[in-house]
Parts: sequence; C-alpha cells; structure tokens
Amino acid sequence: MSTLTTDSVKEVTAPRPRFGWLITDSISVSRRHLLKITRVPESLFFALIQPVMFVLLFAFVFGGAIDVGPGGAQAYREYLIPGILAQTVMFAVAGITVGITEDASKGIMDRFRSLPMRPGAVLTGHTLASLLQNILVIAILSITGLAVGWRIHNGFSDAALAYLMFASFAYAITWVGAWIGLHMPNSEVAGTAGLAWIFPFTFASNIFTPVATMPGWLQPFVLWNPVSCLALAARQLFGNPTPLLGDSFPERYPVQLSFAYCFLLLAIFAPLAVRAFKTRNK
Amino acid sequence: MTLAIKASGLAKAYGDVVALNGIDIEVEQGTVLGLLGPNGSGKTTTVRILATLLQADSGTASVGGFDVATQPDEVRSVIGLTGQYAAVDEYLTGRENLELFGRLFHLSKFDAAKRAAELLDRFDLSDAADRGIKGYSGGMRRRLDLAASLIGRPNVLFLDEPTTGLDPRSRQGMWEVIEDLISEGTTVLLTTQYLEEADQLANRIVVLDHGNVIAKGTSNELKSQVGGDRIEIVVESAGDVANAAALIQEFGSAPAITEDLTKTILLPVAGGSTAIVNIVRKLDENKISIADIALRRPTLDDVFLSLTGHATENTEEVSKPAKGRRGRKARS
Repeated sequence: MSTLTTDSVKEVTAPRPRFGWLITDSISVSRRHLLKITRVPESLFFALIQPVMFVLLFAFVFGGAIDVGPGGAQAYREYLIPGILAQTVMFAVAGITVGITEDASKGIMDRFRSLPMRPGAVLTGHTLASLLQNILVIAILSITGLAVGWRIHNGFSDAALAYLMFASFAYAITWVGAWIGLHMPNSEVAGTAGLAWIFPFTFASNIFTPVATMPGWLQPFVLWNPVSCLALAARQLFGNPTPLLGDSFPERYPVQLSFAYCFLLLAIFAPLAVRAFKTRNK
Repeated sequence: MTLAIKASGLAKAYGDVVALNGIDIEVEQGTVLGLLGPNGSGKTTTVRILATLLQADSGTASVGGFDVATQPDEVRSVIGLTGQYAAVDEYLTGRENLELFGRLFHLSKFDAAKRAAELLDRFDLSDAADRGIKGYSGGMRRRLDLAASLIGRPNVLFLDEPTTGLDPRSRQGMWEVIEDLISEGTTVLLTTQYLEEADQLANRIVVLDHGNVIAKGTSNELKSQVGGDRIEIVVESAGDVANAAALIQEFGSAPAITEDLTKTILLPVAGGSTAIVNIVRKLDENKISIADIALRRPTLDDVFLSLTGHATENTEEVSKPAKGRRGRKARS
C-alpha cells in the first residue's frame, strides 16, 4: 500500500495558473468528450443520418419544385449541398446545448470546479470535441453530395477556404449553444430551447430556396442572416449556382462577411459563456 | 497549533432562505472535524464555500492558509472533495476518469497514469479499472470518487456525506478507507447525518441546525450532554417493576425511570455493556424474569431533542433558529 499523503505539515506550494494550461486542460476535457462519442456511437450515427436524409429528401423529393435558374434538377443539387452543410453546423449546436446543460447539472462539474484547472477549459474542451465531430459530419456529407451529383468547380484553394469557413463557423456558433445551455434548468428544456432559435436562422435563409422567392419584408433578414452568408459564400467558392437578388453588401462580400460573423460570434459569446459558467450555482 | 481550516462569520442565503447564519469553524492541521446535522442544516453549503464552489454572502474563510474568496486556485491545489453524488463521468472507465482528473491536476501523462493505477489498487478497483462506471455498484462509485479526490495528494480533504445511501457493508468499507487516510495525517472535514459516523471518524464535532452552530465538542462531550447510554429492561410481571428498579439502581448513572403499564425500566448508565451483564446477574439472583433487555445508544435524534427540543424531521422551515439557543449551547 502506498502512502498517499505526506506528513501533515507538508509545505504548501501552490502552482501558478498559466495560459498554457488552458490549452492542455482543454485537450484533456475534449478527450473526455471524444471518448464518450466512442462509448455511445449511436449519437454520432444519428448526427450523420439526419443531414444525409435532408440531402436525399431535397435532392429527390422537394428539389424538383424549386427553381434556381437554368440547369434544372442537377443545378438544384449543386445549389443544395452548400446549404445543407450550413444547416448541419447550425443543427449541431443543439447537441452541445443539451450536453452542456446535462454536464452542468451533474456532480462531475463540482469535481472540475474543485480542481486547479482553468475553468474555461471545461467549455473550450467541449466545443473543440464538438468541432471534431462536426468536421467528420461535414466530410461524410460532402461525399453524399458528390454521390447525388454535387461538384466542386473551382480550384483547391477556394474549396479549402470554403471548408475552413465552415469549420470556423461551426466552432464559433457552438459558443452560442454553450452560452444558452448554461442558462437552462435541465436537459429537457435545453432540448427544446436549444432548437427553437436555430429554426428561424436556418430556414429563413437561402439554404433551400433563393431569396427572390420570399416576401420583400423578409428579404433583408434573409440576406444578412449569417446562415445565408455562409451558404452563398460556399456556393461562390465551390462554383455552384448563386441566384442573386441584387447587389446588396451581403451578396457582394459573402466570404468576408462570413468570417466577420465567425469572429463576432466568438468575441461575444465565448466570454459570455465562460462568465456564465463561472457564476452558475455560485 | 496550525489551522488547516479557519472560517469566521460565514453566511449564505438563497433568496429568503437562510442556509448559513454566520458560523465559525476551526480545524487543526491533521485532525478530523465532523459536521453533524440533518438535511438543510447548512453542512453542504459550508463545504461548498470552503471548497471554492460557492461564494459566501459574508464572512471569511481560509483553507491551507489560502483565502477561499481571493485565492481559489491556490485553495484548489491543496484540497480534495468528495460529494454526496459520485462526481465522475459515467461513460468513462474508472481508470480513464482518474487519469483525466490527474491531467487536470497538471500531473504529467506518465504521473497521471501511475497515480491512477496506484489509487485503483488501493481502493480495490483494479479489477474493474477498465470497465465503464455504469456497471459499478454504489460502493464502488463512492470509492472511485474518493480516489478521484486524492489525485493531487490533498492536505485538506472534504467528505460531504461520504456514506449516505450506502449499504452497511459498503459503509464499513468506506470507514476503513477514511480511517487509513486520517492515520496518514490528512486534515478532514466530514459532514454526516449519522452520529455513529462522526463518533467513529471525527476528533471533534460541530452540530449544525438551521445554519447555526448549536453545539461543538468531542464526541464524549456531546454524548454526556445528551445523557449517554440507557438500558431498557422489560420484566415479566408488573409487580416486579419497582423492586427490580431498586435492585439495579447501583449500576445506573442517574435515577431509573419506571413505567408500570409497559413493565419497563429505563436506566441511564455510563458503561453500557458491563452494566447489562451486572443487571442480568442481579435480577437472576433475585428470581426476577426478564422479558427483554436492550442497550439504547444516543442517536442524532437524541442529540437534537436534547439540544434543540425538536427532532431532526421538522427541519423544513429554515427561519426558526433562535439566537439565544446558540449562545446558550455553543460553548459547551
């Protein structure tokens, strides 16, 4: 049997917190979440199956009724995939909202809080794990897209920029979900509330239908909606159909605006979430 | 003497409900303080404040020489906490949990793995180390949780109701493990609802009720306040009650109480088990037959009845505590 504690007058040497710990602590925490995914593979399976179903539904069921200009059904499928990618990163946010609420109400949060780890790492670790899952889903979805006829027409660098943009947005938007999750009383409420705000942003956008088909009063919202910007920017970068409404700012600079949105979301919601985490139950 | 924990005037309210009404606590280095009280008395609130999980509304506290409000990181590096619910990840194995906490304690990868193996071995969890926690029994979870709180070799250990909800055998196992830690010189603050547990593990006991300290002292001091052990004797025939009471009075520490209707004699005693033997012998010599005889140890209810005049059950309303009561009993 080993000796677990030294004598009672052991010199207390408290380590000093360092920024480097935020990184190592985050990696430790994200490893926990990734292990969890391997223990409950069903969660990953259903995270994959839902967007694939959307692709198939819109490509073969609704798609024929939506006109995105010349090219018919094939053009619609090319139009659709960047939209579905944007929708997928949005829907993934609901998962982290529930996950954070569930975690925050469990005893393990007390364990984390009583350790000399950086408190923010509980959230950065969770969001990083969620990003890795998102990247996997985006990859599978792109393959599904290629299978139904979607193509990348522009060069490698444009495509890489598009994927970087999706990953950045996926990471930034999970902080909104984390922030919401920290204000929810339990995971049932988090399940509904976590989806409620996602619907208007996801569907009042250009991801399934061109902006021109929508009523005039709604169009400004749809144009400036970050989800529309993301989808439009990706269509430009991939060389897919981009039926434009006019030459408003969001339609002229969708790539720049998308990255600006990523930065804004992160700058606003990461500090808010960390603060909410620190003060929850205090 | 060095104080490992020092708190003065700690107060905390949740809205209108007063959880802590300005309590003082001092725990010497290397000793065990038992915080005894019913649900809602403020035990967990005290532990959460001292472990930096909760901010007090007023008052100050230091743990291991560090202020809990202004130096939370330093405090966290010298404490271990085991709560009422196993604070571990359900989906991970026992080993993965301990390694995760070791890494978050900023041990190197190698040290975290070594430490985890060491603790799993010590707490009899080696066989289950690579199984998910979901398959662990309640006792195993608590042991793993205790192991997790020892990752950083804490100087001060908080045990918040470590055996609540465990079956008697697991409870005994936890006690043995805790006794080992104590013998190694760890300072422990233990909360419990069981007088027996505080008696077994703690050097000193503080009794909380409605967020106030209503008594403090050693286990013996508290028990003598409650009145110690009593022997309850039921005789066969009602005519023998008075006679029997007179015969056994010499073994009592206070006058016997008799009840003719139930043929019962209640005799307060100092040394319980020797008294039983003497009483049985004496009554047998005098041809008085005994229907039943039992040793009644003071329970938490007795402590509360004697200290507060109410039993532990009616603690729902938190606003009652009278200042006078605290003043009268606190320095016993």
